[in-house]
Amino acid sequence: MISFLYANATIIIYLVKIALLLFIVLTVNAYLTWFERKVVAHMQSRWGPHRVGPHGLLQPLADGAKFLLKEDPTPAGVDKFTYFLAPLMALALALTSIAIIPFGPEPLHIFGRDIDLGIANLNIGILALFAITALSVYGVALAGWSSNSKYPLLGGLRSSAQMVSYELALTMSVVGVLLLAGSFNLRDIINAQAHHPERGILGWNIWPQILGFFCFFVAAVAETNRVPFDLPEAESELVAGFHTEYASFKFAMFFIAEYTSMITVSCLCTIMFFGGWLSPFPASWTFTHYLPSVILIPFGLWVIWDGIRYETIFGRIILPGVGTAITAIGAVLILFPPVNEFIQGPFWLLAKIFVFLFVYVWMRGTLPRFRYDQLMSFGWKLLLPVSIANVVITAFAILAKSMWGTQ
Amino acid sequence: MTPQLAIFFVLATLAVLGALSLIFQRHPIHSALSLIVVMIALAGLYLLMGAEFVAAVQIIVYGGAIMVLFVFVIMLLNAGEEERTSFSKLAGIAGIPLAVVLLGFLAAAIARSNESAQAGLQSGALANTKEISTMLFKDFVYPFELTSFLILVAILGAIVLAQREKI
Repeated sequence: MISFLYANATIIIYLVKIALLLFIVLTVNAYLTWFERKVVAHMQSRWGPHRVGPHGLLQPLADGAKFLLKEDPTPAGVDKFTYFLAPLMALALALTSIAIIPFGPEPLHIFGRDIDLGIANLNIGILALFAITALSVYGVALAGWSSNSKYPLLGGLRSSAQMVSYELALTMSVVGVLLLAGSFNLRDIINAQAHHPERGILGWNIWPQILGFFCFFVAAVAETNRVPFDLPEAESELVAGFHTEYASFKFAMFFIAEYTSMITVSCLCTIMFFGGWLSPFPASWTFTHYLPSVILIPFGLWVIWDGIRYETIFGRIILPGVGTAITAIGAVLILFPPVNEFIQGPFWLLAKIFVFLFVYVWMRGTLPRFRYDQLMSFGWKLLLPVSIANVVITAFAILAKSMWGTQ
Repeated sequence: MTPQLAIFFVLATLAVLGALSLIFQRHPIHSALSLIVVMIALAGLYLLMGAEFVAAVQIIVYGGAIMVLFVFVIMLLNAGEEERTSFSKLAGIAGIPLAVVLLGFLAAAIARSNESAQAGLQSGALANTKEISTMLFKDFVYPFELTSFLILVAILGAIVLAQREKI
């Protein structure tokens, strides 16, 4: 048994990592729905979910159970094979793209092995992601077509037109970053932003590539079919767009796919433009390494304080428990400096990803939807030219720098 | 059997089955889906040979962009199931011998090219993005630019045809 484990250690480590990442991503997905409903609710002076569990924290579980237990009717006249294939494809492709994201700079030493944070460290990292994005159009398009119903068909058509149009701008907008890094690999892209550790936040790609970031973020929001580009599922016009005819868990699969691609896009924005796991502070400011604890401990204490006054008994038990756990993690980080050093990279990466997820929700609470012709002219007449201009400017800047050797 | 060989056979079978299904499916969308399977299987084969860049571009360009347009047009036209027609006589008389000859030539070419293909694989000509770009933009820059000009002409032609009334 032991020898079998040793002989196949690499494969087993990969399988464990995949299972763990899948679990984390699905949990984060579930709580992202909670977060979104809560934030949008507070923006609209409502409470949001607050019945199931303290502060509605068990709402995602209730939703999940509902999705699993509901009846799953197959409408008459659907194209069976494609109808079942579409949600599978959407979900599988969305989850695959997470595998390419690196989550930390240093490998984890455990059982005498170095385990990278992240599953696949590909030379063609960003290209592989675009390949997956290119295929993920089919999930939506086929769902719309196979449902044999007019609203999904219109939603699917809109979505494929939209995704094809914005894919161009999406791909062109990262060329500037690739030129600066000289590599497709996501780790190389981050490391290229760390050439001047003393500059901190000023060394990130966002400053030279602000045009690229603008194009990338807008195009990526359009690719994920989120507000203000959620025309494929515009409820006032198309009922629910491409997933109108889907119920129960097949609907949940589209839902999970959408939230997973939100996470992927946030990861990509962070990695390509905001320095990935790099700290925004100069490297010599070592006192900023206590920042995770400084955030976690007061937050944990606040949760305890909030919990002991909570109205339900259940909340008075659960919330202080969670608060104690958060405070304890913060304390461990202070007490064990190696752990604290290790956690720096993942901490900054996750913090930035969280900010982008918040921006997604924020936009949903703020912006109205585009009209279809506005969407198309915005993509083709503004984003594409701007992203091409960005490529030209970046290329000439790099050329000028190498010719005159200005540092 | 090495894992590489096993993966090769899986992908090759997938590609052949996809190609057969492309021909025998009655519905255009199913045919298009089969073609996507062929494209992805081919990308897998490129990946197996270490040509990462070509594999990714294969999926992005063929699997993604081009096939999305196919699917989009089929959806837009709402093309229904095809009708089966009887086997054409010309295809029976001329087609089958020609197909046999073609297969024979292909088999001979593959049998002969064994060594050169291995050599090409080992030299790593396809290996990385840098070498491909050196080839495209240095060694073969004029044919490459000419081809892009050709595609531009085709695009202009399509626009002129589409807008004939207005111009």
